[in-house]
Amino acid sequence: MEGLRVVDANLTVYIHPSKARNSRHAILRQLSSLLFTYSEVFDGVILAFEVDIKSTCCKILPRLIPNFGAELKANLLLFSPMLNMLVEGKVVKLGKESIHAIVLGFSSASIMSEDIRKELKFNIKHGEEVFSSTSHKRHVIKVGSIVRFSVKRHQKRHREGNSEKDLLQDSDLKGNHYFERLNHPQKSRKRTE
Amino acid sequence: MGMELQDNEGIAMEVQDDGEERDFSDAEAFSSVVEALTGVAMAYNMVDQSDRNQYNNLVSIVDPTPGKGPEEEALLVTALKALTGAISKMDVAFHTSLLSNIFSLCIWNYGYETRKAILELIISLAAVPDKFLNSCLHMLVSNFMAPKRIRQYNTHPRLAEKRNIYGELYVALHHIVDLVPLAPMMLKEIIDKKMPRTTDPKEVLVMFVECMLGLESDEIGEFLGSTLLIKVVELLVDLDVNINWEDIPQDELNKGIFDMELDVEENAHDGAGIGIKPETGKILKGNVFADKLDSLMVLVCEHLDSCASDGHLVKVFDTLAECFRRTVMNAYKSKFVQFVMFYACSLDPEICGLKFAVMLTDIFVSNTEDPTSRMSSVSYLASYLSRAKFVPSSLVASILKRLVEWCFQYCQFRNGCESVVYPKAHRVFYSGCQAVMYILCFRMRQLMDIPQLRSLLFHLPLEPILCSSLEPLKVCLPTIVHEFLRQAKAASLFKTSTCFPYDNLLESEFSKAFGGIERLDMFFPFDPYLLKESDRFMRPNFEFWSMVKTTYSNCNSEDEDEDLDALDDNAEHDNLESNSESDDEIEFSLSRMSITPKPAFHYPMAGNLHNGARMPARIRPSMSPED
Repeated sequence: MEGLRVVDANLTVYIHPSKARNSRHAILRQLSSLLFTYSEVFDGVILAFEVDIKSTCCKILPRLIPNFGAELKANLLLFSPMLNMLVEGKVVKLGKESIHAIVLGFSSASIMSEDIRKELKFNIKHGEEVFSSTSHKRHVIKVGSIVRFSVKRHQKRHREGNSEKDLLQDSDLKGNHYFERLNHPQKSRKRTE
Repeated sequence: MGMELQDNEGIAMEVQDDGEERDFSDAEAFSSVVEALTGVAMAYNMVDQSDRNQYNNLVSIVDPTPGKGPEEEALLVTALKALTGAISKMDVAFHTSLLSNIFSLCIWNYGYETRKAILELIISLAAVPDKFLNSCLHMLVSNFMAPKRIRQYNTHPRLAEKRNIYGELYVALHHIVDLVPLAPMMLKEIIDKKMPRTTDPKEVLVMFVECMLGLESDEIGEFLGSTLLIKVVELLVDLDVNINWEDIPQDELNKGIFDMELDVEENAHDGAGIGIKPETGKILKGNVFADKLDSLMVLVCEHLDSCASDGHLVKVFDTLAECFRRTVMNAYKSKFVQFVMFYACSLDPEICGLKFAVMLTDIFVSNTEDPTSRMSSVSYLASYLSRAKFVPSSLVASILKRLVEWCFQYCQFRNGCESVVYPKAHRVFYSGCQAVMYILCFRMRQLMDIPQLRSLLFHLPLEPILCSSLEPLKVCLPTIVHEFLRQAKAASLFKTSTCFPYDNLLESEFSKAFGGIERLDMFFPFDPYLLKESDRFMRPNFEFWSMVKTTYSNCNSEDEDEDLDALDDNAEHDNLESNSESDDEIEFSLSRMSITPKPAFHYPMAGNLHNGARMPARIRPSMSPED
């Protein structure tokens, strides 16, 4: 599957003075608030992080409320699908008009009928809605199947965040949900379950 | 009855009541809807007039105005089902009016079949990533409340189906969460925005909160984490703080009585349902808030009951405890919300009851918490241990031991440093001492009756604390000190013949000083509960002062026993108070310690006992300060 990458990041996390008692906890909490949200800085969704806090000294950053700036190195696992990348998802809903899948357990994708290969036909077998291939008898897509498809379009949603506002030194990121719309006309095919 | 698709008039699907019935297939409906949708999916001036008419017809079928006949409703269902299949053809740019109609539909206006069709369409729309999800969730959350038209009539048939409708909403949300895993994040924010305010009508609050609590116990509650419960508790706190105590009696006239703003006289206006007079507005407002809070407390207690029977009370309790710590504990003298914790503890004394006491003690002895929180927590602790019948004596004893040990260490550390009593500097210490004395006022007799605990009590370093140079007896509330010394004397708690010559020196100025401007010195959060409807949840587990056996009550134990038996109802309780007037000492202690609400009929103005929406007219103070 494409679209996953690991990056090293040098970050400065702002810690409110009230959280100074347990700064490690505060740092982890701030970073956790970024999980599964789209971040413009990294151009992707942070799926996991590993933190190495460089030193125990923090700069006091002059502001209205003087926060501590904790410098740290973080290893981030990012999910950033681009157009035409191949990604995999688990089918959660099937209809004549569309296939809905979930990628990596958090991102939802839908493949509309016009993007589904013509050899895949919708029918109902034993009360179950399936897309079955006309060329290969055992090639069937049903709820629970894993499908691989290429990204046709993806959308990132941005909105004002609250607590994350002060997180990164050089960002005003408040990115949030990352919903991608992934379609592929030809390459949609089923993996063996 | 059937429906006919008339191609020459676009989508007009008409119900024919005559014999010429023709069922038209889903496929036909679907194709005509697709035609209507695609016909207008282009720049406005390029759309053909017949296509526009066709589309407008479809929009008029999906009209959200209530009061549809059965035929129109059947037509709506058909159109909705067809639309569900044609989701991919819908576009925000070209079908705004149709979408706006769909998202304005109120499921409370329709029967089961129509509701099902609406929710199916909403689920399908939500599954299209990032297009309609937000609007779909908004629409579902708006439907947490019935529209005003239905709410106003308590007997409206749709209200009888309330549970079913909530169930359908939960199922729809559940489906959406299955399809879009991050939907709960958005749902949280939407619920936050749509949350009713304290000024909203009672029915709105009750319906919304009821639906939220249902959602909380549903599987979606797992995804939403503790948000829902926290939101509900925050709403309760908001309502609570809107009910004012009158300022704590600076006023000589009010000595001994905090008038709840629902004074008897003003209540008479409220009870009669007469228009609100401007000068009584404040009072009526208070009463309205109390009424709302009362109803919500009933809902929350019932929810806790159901959690207890489902076996996940402990998890809910953790959320509540966190919420209590964050909001309730530091809310200025909250009056009723804390009883949610009390009730949760009473449902599972072994785990929740213990956790609550330990949490409060931990906050008190922690050096990193701020002094106000520590004082507040120890007030809660004292009041909780004294008032909760379900707390075992062994737990009381162990917590007492911790408190006393902390006070003792504090004394040792400070002893000799100060020559003048300076209450504000040692306010945490004084609040600790006062808590110890308050607990002992209620529990000394119980502890004395168990030999092990009795010996533990005798080994506590109470005397060095009380006789230290910090002089807590001078600073703590005189009524508590007096009662405590009286019971201690009767129980021979102090071995040495030290006399405490403070009776004449009682000086509440000191106590005021350590309580600070917030008067935390006289804050006893679990004083008798005054909300009428939800009182039934609290009463069985609540220890009234008048029922407490004191150490000095041995001498007139017969009278005491009689009185205790008589306490079951308010009228007899009233007798107890009037009987006890003969005994000056008991009267003294009762008037000071008992915060039991006086029955409304004690006051001539509050003659109408059956006025359900009213709170007791007056309550007595926790402690009356002596000036």
